[in-house]
Amino acid sequence: MSANTEVLNINKLKRRTPLTDTNLLLIITVTVFITMYLSAIIFLGKGFTKPQMFYNILNENASLLVLSCGMTLVMITGGIDISVGQVTCLVCMASAVFLNNNSILGIMPEGHAVVVSMLIALGIGLAFGIIQGLLVAYLEFQPFIVTLAGMFFAKGMTTIICSDRVNIDNKVNSAFHDLSSTEVSIPFIGSYNKAGEFVPATAEVGVVVGLAVVVILFILLRWTKLGRNFYAVGGNNQSANMLGINVKLTKFLAHVLCGLCAGIGGYLFFLHARSGSPLHATGAEMNAIASSIIGGTMLSGGVGNIFGTLCGVLSLSTIKNIVTSLGLEDPWWTNITVAIMLCIFLLVQSVISVILARKKKNKK
Amino acid sequence: MTTPEPRLKTGRSGKRLLEKFGLTQLIIPFVALLFLVLLNLFVDPSFFKIALEKSSTGYYILSGNLISIIDNGSELAILAIGMTLVTSASGGQDISVGSAIAIAGSIVLRVIKGLSPSISGGELAVYLIFAFVLCVVASALFGAFNGSLVAFFKIQPMVATLILFTAGRSIAAWINNNENISITDDRFKYFGNFLPGIPVPTPVFISAVCMIVIALVLKFTNLRLYSQAVGINASSSRLNGINPKMIKLLSFIILGVCVAVCGFIKVSRTASITYAVIANNIEMDAILAVALGGNNLGGGKFNMTASIIGAYVIQFLTTTLFKLKVSSSAISAYKAVVVIFLIILSAPVVRKWLGDLKNKHIASRAKVKKEGV
Repeated sequence: MSANTEVLNINKLKRRTPLTDTNLLLIITVTVFITMYLSAIIFLGKGFTKPQMFYNILNENASLLVLSCGMTLVMITGGIDISVGQVTCLVCMASAVFLNNNSILGIMPEGHAVVVSMLIALGIGLAFGIIQGLLVAYLEFQPFIVTLAGMFFAKGMTTIICSDRVNIDNKVNSAFHDLSSTEVSIPFIGSYNKAGEFVPATAEVGVVVGLAVVVILFILLRWTKLGRNFYAVGGNNQSANMLGINVKLTKFLAHVLCGLCAGIGGYLFFLHARSGSPLHATGAEMNAIASSIIGGTMLSGGVGNIFGTLCGVLSLSTIKNIVTSLGLEDPWWTNITVAIMLCIFLLVQSVISVILARKKKNKK
Repeated sequence: MTTPEPRLKTGRSGKRLLEKFGLTQLIIPFVALLFLVLLNLFVDPSFFKIALEKSSTGYYILSGNLISIIDNGSELAILAIGMTLVTSASGGQDISVGSAIAIAGSIVLRVIKGLSPSISGGELAVYLIFAFVLCVVASALFGAFNGSLVAFFKIQPMVATLILFTAGRSIAAWINNNENISITDDRFKYFGNFLPGIPVPTPVFISAVCMIVIALVLKFTNLRLYSQAVGINASSSRLNGINPKMIKLLSFIILGVCVAVCGFIKVSRTASITYAVIANNIEMDAILAVALGGNNLGGGKFNMTASIIGAYVIQFLTTTLFKLKVSSSAISAYKAVVVIFLIILSAPVVRKWLGDLKNKHIASRAKVKKEGV
């Protein structure tokens, strides 16, 4: 290789290498999602062709989407948070018990109670994020152990608050009920019903919030200093430190944001389910981690993309829908499918990272 | 933060004596145990009563809280053995043990129920052995699955085991078609309860056998040395001729066998299975036992005795919480607090901070002495 091309290569490297492995994983994800949806349309018939089906998938998974986005942030910095599922459950239960409490309605109108319940949800999420972030970033614990403890703490707290199902219906708080049944209709997208009338597709409020979170976090990761710091810290702790990045603060902030996302996601789950129960969101942490990994976030940190996570959530939910519409309606099939998918993508990641490492070695 | 202070005052000779016998690691579990014992003495002294009572089957059996701790702690102690090895070799923990126990138990029930529509005579023993062997093989295979993900594909242990953590209970339900199988033959219950004529619960003997086996293995093979070497530095142990991948895989397979034994005891206790509840939260307890034993959760050196004692202390804690009328599902919150407290104590940053504090203490003392002179 001549010196001239070497220089060119270096220029190319400067521009493109930081994003190549991200792009490769992202392309895999998008391809998987599109092929999956297309094959569903082809083999499973017309249900999947309606735009409403797509929005139903979003409706059901708005909370998962937000959880996965938070998870992606933490995973980019090289950590993980397995408490999000049980935090969701705790948030649902706390908000439900709060709204169900009769004495509160005496103090404030229904609308205010809903706002306060939202604040409670965010507060719980933030509290978990801050405490776990402190333990992980400043006391340098393994994120797994800390968040596993957080997960069991949330699990226990949920049943301490209330061990039964708490339903919030129209009679208990009509403001909440109105909010949760509000549907946003999407202009120009929809399908024709049997009478030939145009029915616009609708999405719940949760979807709007979820997509807003996606956009905000996408901007954060792409164009802000903090977002770039996340990648730097995840890619290489020490060199980030030498660049003058406050590694501990960055990790801490990632956990706080993840906790906040868990709070928002928990409230979205509550809006969709309209109840609190100790059995809510079981295995949500697994789904969130799986979506992030399918979305191209590397477990080793430093690589990830919020748009990929969106695709990950969509492909995960599509495959769940495919499994149920194939007639495998027994409750265990979805879990097993998700596990298999997670396993496959983990293996793909592992193989890719081995190949990349080999390439690097060869270049040297 | 106040607990370590009295330790500073202990004489140096005492500390050396402890170090000589490798007992320093046992301090944490014993302090925890002492605390629990004092708490129970304070709240209700009758906690420690042991009685010899006639059971419903007509034999004399031992009963009491202490017996139930040793009895119910058996599974945890067996799990702690495997978990310690996995922690040491791979530097991570297996969080799928609870789900894997559900699978193992489901297999045992399926085999026994499937082989014998109506069990008669002495054939049960054959079925039992067959069921046990099958469940050991299956669990070892699941362990090998986890292990190969960790060893060959270099996935972090906790993420790799997350797959089985969520899918395990579903697989267990799938094996038995989500039916609630129960075995009516009383002899199946011997392994989880009492053998006729023997006042001590059977799981105690089973766990004792497991402990003896692992003690012999650690004594007469290089397993301890190898797994510690792999845990401390995998690449340098490879340069020294150890195959780190095989050691990691082996530790997961050993954990799989431990899980199979636990699953067998668990289903034998009730002769039935509830997929969502069996061995619930046991992964947390097992990790807690390892942490309480003073083992580094990041891999490397381990002390098996401390882990096993840790397991019984955890069971002591569980029983105490039950006695204090904490509901079974809320217990996990209390244990999580204990975990956080323990890992805070064992964190390198905190240890360093404590060490600085100690040095300051010594320095100030020396200063005082100097000034006095």
